[in-house]
Amino acid sequence: MSKEWPLWEVFVRAKNGLAHKHVGSVHAADDRMAIEAARDTYTRRMEGVSLWVVRSADIVASDPGESAALFEPAADKVYRHPTFYSIPEHVKNI
Amino acid sequence: MYTTELKDRNQKAAPVTTAAEDPVKLAAFEARVAADDFIEPKDWMPEAYRKTLVRQISQHAHSEIVGMLPEGNWITRAPSLRRKAVLLAKVQDEGGHGLYLYAAAETLGTSRDEMIEALHSGRAKYSTIFNYPTLTWADIGAIGWLVDGAAILNQVPLQRTSYGPYARAMVRICKEESFHQRQGYEIMMALAAGSPEQKRMAQNALDRWWWPSLMMFGPPDENSPNTAQSVRWRIKRETNDELRQKFVDVTVPQAEAIGITVPDPALKWNEARGSYDFGAIDWDEFYAVVRGEGPVAKERVKARVEAWESGAWVREAANAHAAKRAHRAAAE
Repeated sequence: MSKEWPLWEVFVRAKNGLAHKHVGSVHAADDRMAIEAARDTYTRRMEGVSLWVVRSADIVASDPGESAALFEPAADKVYRHPTFYSIPEHVKNI
Repeated sequence: MYTTELKDRNQKAAPVTTAAEDPVKLAAFEARVAADDFIEPKDWMPEAYRKTLVRQISQHAHSEIVGMLPEGNWITRAPSLRRKAVLLAKVQDEGGHGLYLYAAAETLGTSRDEMIEALHSGRAKYSTIFNYPTLTWADIGAIGWLVDGAAILNQVPLQRTSYGPYARAMVRICKEESFHQRQGYEIMMALAAGSPEQKRMAQNALDRWWWPSLMMFGPPDENSPNTAQSVRWRIKRETNDELRQKFVDVTVPQAEAIGITVPDPALKWNEARGSYDFGAIDWDEFYAVVRGEGPVAKERVKARVEAWESGAWVREAANAHAAKRAHRAAAE
């Protein structure tokens, strides 16, 4: 009857001022156990000051098959980048 | 720690093929991998790539977990509190390495339970090295120095392996592995500089662990039918024989530095090659250990099965507790 514990994705904040970053996953029966397992598995050497865990099943990911539709339009919008605009050499501070 | 792709000698017949794959997708995949791009879990991949990776990563994970047993054997008998704290931390790291790798394998669509079942039923292999016993404290030194040293040589190139989750797990593991090797060598240094009896212990441990360590790199290249494909797919970055030679070349001077001798009468520096020549490996012994005839193979699997079975009530209780909490939260 044993049922596999659900999978949780683990995010670690290395230090205050930085964002949480995905580091891997753990199995745990509930949220508290997931935090404790994440602590033992991913922060044995001062890798972080804060942990997030989220059930893997709750993550919605984009489909690599859609990546052209989602991400390629950015490639033909080079005018979003400052280097698109040429400014004369003698004009400073811009 | 590390395992190579392990199979019985008589199982090696069929190289994995990609004949049934969509040729357009396959070509795009091959091009990405050839350009050193990373493949991520939701990307298209040939079934043979997925299967080979599941086998390789899960064998690697099993090796980490089973690898806790020979060293765990000495935790209560470590000669000082310092050595005990170090060994505990090291064995805990091995457990962590196993978990990183299981998680990486799970991204390929297998489950933790399936992998554990495969280990317990004997279908899945783990590194042959862990089927040798740890007879004296010096063996703990020899394992850290030689076995983790061999693991580092294999794992460093795998940080650039083509499958993203595997590569990221390897980066974490490699960061931790160097401590393992150095603490082992330090144990050997202390013994080698000790009483004649301690020095004998160190030499005896090297005598027993040397050849099994060389076997850890797996069968010779000519008996490793999938090497070419695995190298092309960046699942393997150097061949078994290349890595084995590197290991010999870096380890022999380390033995000399502390006055112990590698047990190989054929070992000789080859000026022309810039490498050591070394004696023939007893591959019959290797294949016997792969088949499960290692000195403590049965004991190892039995210990894992017992740990799993006696922990079953804990897993069930945690599930029941989680269900009760969820039920109460829903009622509020």
